[in-house]
Amino acid sequence: MSEAISEVFVEEDTLKGKFLTFPLGTEDYGIEIKFVTEIVGIQAITPIPGIPEYIKGIINLRGKIIPVMDVRLRFKKEPKAYNDRTCIVVIDIKEVTIGLIVDSVSEVISIPDENIIEPPHVNKNINNRFIESIAKINSAVKLILDCDKLLNEEDLAELELLS
Amino acid sequence: MPVHSSSSEAFREMFIFETIQLIGKLEQIILNSEKCNNLDTHAIDEIFRIMHTIKGSSSMMFYKHIALVTHSVEDVFFYLRDEREKEFDCAKLTDIVLEVIDFIKVEITKLQDGQDLEGDPSILIQDIHGFLERLKNPSTAGTMLNPYEAVFNFVDGCEMENIRAFGIIHKLKDRAENIRHVPEDLIDDESSIGIIRKDGFKILFHSEGPQEEMYGFLQETLFIKDFTLRVIEKKVISLEEPIIDLLEKTPEKELRPDNQISTNKQSIISVSVTKLDKLMDLVGEMVISEAMVTQNPELADLELDSFHKASRQLKKITNELQDMVMSIRMVEISTTFHKLNRIVRDMSRKLNKEVQLQVIGEETEVDKNIIDHISDPLMHLIRNAIDHGLEHAEERKEQGKSEIGTITLEAKNAGSEVWITVRDDGRGLDKQKILKRARENGLIVRPESELTDKEIYAFIFFAGFSTNEQVTEYSGRGVGMDVVTKNIEALGGAVSVDSVQYKGTVITIKIPLTLAIIDGMTITVGGLKYTVPTTSIKQSFRITPAEVIRDPNNNEMILVRGQCHPIIRLHELFKVQTRITNLHEGIIMMVENDDNIVCLFADELIDKQQVVVKTMPSYFKKMNGIAGCTILGDGSISLILNTSDFFT
Repeated sequence: MSEAISEVFVEEDTLKGKFLTFPLGTEDYGIEIKFVTEIVGIQAITPIPGIPEYIKGIINLRGKIIPVMDVRLRFKKEPKAYNDRTCIVVIDIKEVTIGLIVDSVSEVISIPDENIIEPPHVNKNINNRFIESIAKINSAVKLILDCDKLLNEEDLAELELLS
Repeated sequence: MPVHSSSSEAFREMFIFETIQLIGKLEQIILNSEKCNNLDTHAIDEIFRIMHTIKGSSSMMFYKHIALVTHSVEDVFFYLRDEREKEFDCAKLTDIVLEVIDFIKVEITKLQDGQDLEGDPSILIQDIHGFLERLKNPSTAGTMLNPYEAVFNFVDGCEMENIRAFGIIHKLKDRAENIRHVPEDLIDDESSIGIIRKDGFKILFHSEGPQEEMYGFLQETLFIKDFTLRVIEKKVISLEEPIIDLLEKTPEKELRPDNQISTNKQSIISVSVTKLDKLMDLVGEMVISEAMVTQNPELADLELDSFHKASRQLKKITNELQDMVMSIRMVEISTTFHKLNRIVRDMSRKLNKEVQLQVIGEETEVDKNIIDHISDPLMHLIRNAIDHGLEHAEERKEQGKSEIGTITLEAKNAGSEVWITVRDDGRGLDKQKILKRARENGLIVRPESELTDKEIYAFIFFAGFSTNEQVTEYSGRGVGMDVVTKNIEALGGAVSVDSVQYKGTVITIKIPLTLAIIDGMTITVGGLKYTVPTTSIKQSFRITPAEVIRDPNNNEMILVRGQCHPIIRLHELFKVQTRITNLHEGIIMMVENDDNIVCLFADELIDKQQVVVKTMPSYFKKMNGIAGCTILGDGSISLILNTSDFFT
């Protein structure tokens, strides 16, 4: 029993502190790797009537139907046409699987805990809602996404209203 | 208490599952016997067996309370089994068994909720013992019989122990009654020698003689190494109890009479539903892949005779496989219906109304999912029917009805739906009362004169709506009916009610037969594909511009065979860009739901095929007009339309 527990710890350790980073416009974002299940190229998206604009529709991920969200639109940025560098990052949060459409992905990096700081609270910027923390890597800054809030309750409520 | 590890969790689940099934069966037997006021030998055997099984499994799981109760019931039936001719109070026995069933049910619910068992069965057990004693008393009251237990051990190597034992029994017969011995079968069963050598030969008997006399009498036996005789403490039950304990060491013999049933059981295995779901998913995937292979666009223009032959064979097999998998999930509705017998019985006693439950079409099969969800609604409906619907005997007599109220429970397949109706011949719904209540609750939004009878009756499905002035034990809190609707709607079904005053009420539940694979017609709108369930399609046709009628609000309608139907433009409804916006360029598909008809306007009709319904990702809540989605042969996704949404 104790062995099994320590194994789980080891497993978590390998995922902890690792982030998948991707650029979006001028900023660099990061997602904790433990949420990411896979990254696939852009594929045919079936639109669904009556959902928020930033949810582009659903895709067929090897027989599994998952919704996809355009992160650019989610952050109220200018839409950009999809090309062969566009990726869908499939994440799993609280048993909800969803694909995030991003311009491209950069790399997986390890960020030590001491380099991660709380985001400033004063800024009521709309984007700030989705930022869990800010990581400093050398001189660059990566914004760590709060995946939970990305599909947050507020917007789920919005979805319900629409239906 | 049992250890809570994952394996004991699995055992517990198994125990709960089996026990629920067993007590369900038991309940059915008891209620059936109650109807004819007689327990026949078959029923007694069956009950004994069930009690024995529950006792065994519950003591294995350390659920002592259940084991104790079932043990005592087992005693009673063990006795009845032996004394076939015995007269007994059937009604009292029925009550006892039903009480035991209830006790076990409560304990099982606690188990399911993860609580510890804490019900105290001692009163129940006392009751049962009391019953057993009264049962036996007439035979033992007259003469003072002393219960004895004798254990013989024969001298080693004396051989033919079984024959010697038989000799003892033979000798004893003149002086004792109710002789029981272990091993039971001395002569025909060779293994009895081994048992006697190992455990000794045990006899239980009643005799008038005092202990010393019996001791002397039995000691005269030859080749005895040692021999004990003792009076057993509990005078009455003692005859049975040790025997059962002893017999448990050789259960094969006990189970001998039920060969027939045990072989039946062997051909059924229970499978976890998650495995079945997984299997169904896989078969669904296979159907899709099959279509991907056989309808591959790269093969379209090639002449491939043998390939087509082979692919037809494949299609045939996958279809059969699909049907098979679907049928695995189908369960007869009878168990659900039989559970209701019990409610009818209890309520008719408590409320002092005579009620008979008529069941029609219990062999109808529905998806396991559905079974799980309809038992609560049906229970509510039955309760309502008995409590509110049926009148008391005097009232019924005055109205010239039979004194016994009838509730008819009917299930039938109608197309791709299952219809379950609950019909009573009671007083019917009071329209005025419902209207009054609806007014008070502010439910009426339209002029009352415009409401049809059906619409008025439908008010009873609203939350908190009860016309019963008094809250009774069974109903009247106004929570019942909206639970019914919620449960049924969760299954994608619908509930409707109709009633004639003084004649009765009919409540009809319509549920889709299965939720997994449907026949669908694929249509396109602006390059996107949608699937319409074939069952709701009446016909598809093209129209000329002249046929379209427009009302002042610019709603489009079309006249078909003398009837006017509204047109819904799918591209507008779903906000899809398409080139085809003139009604005569596209296709009109007439869909029907509950006698309502609308015409859907789409670009093109593609083809008809079986599709595997996939639920929309949970991220989306209920969507208007869309029932789910499916993956087509080319891997693209098609949304399945929920036609009933177009009528609201």
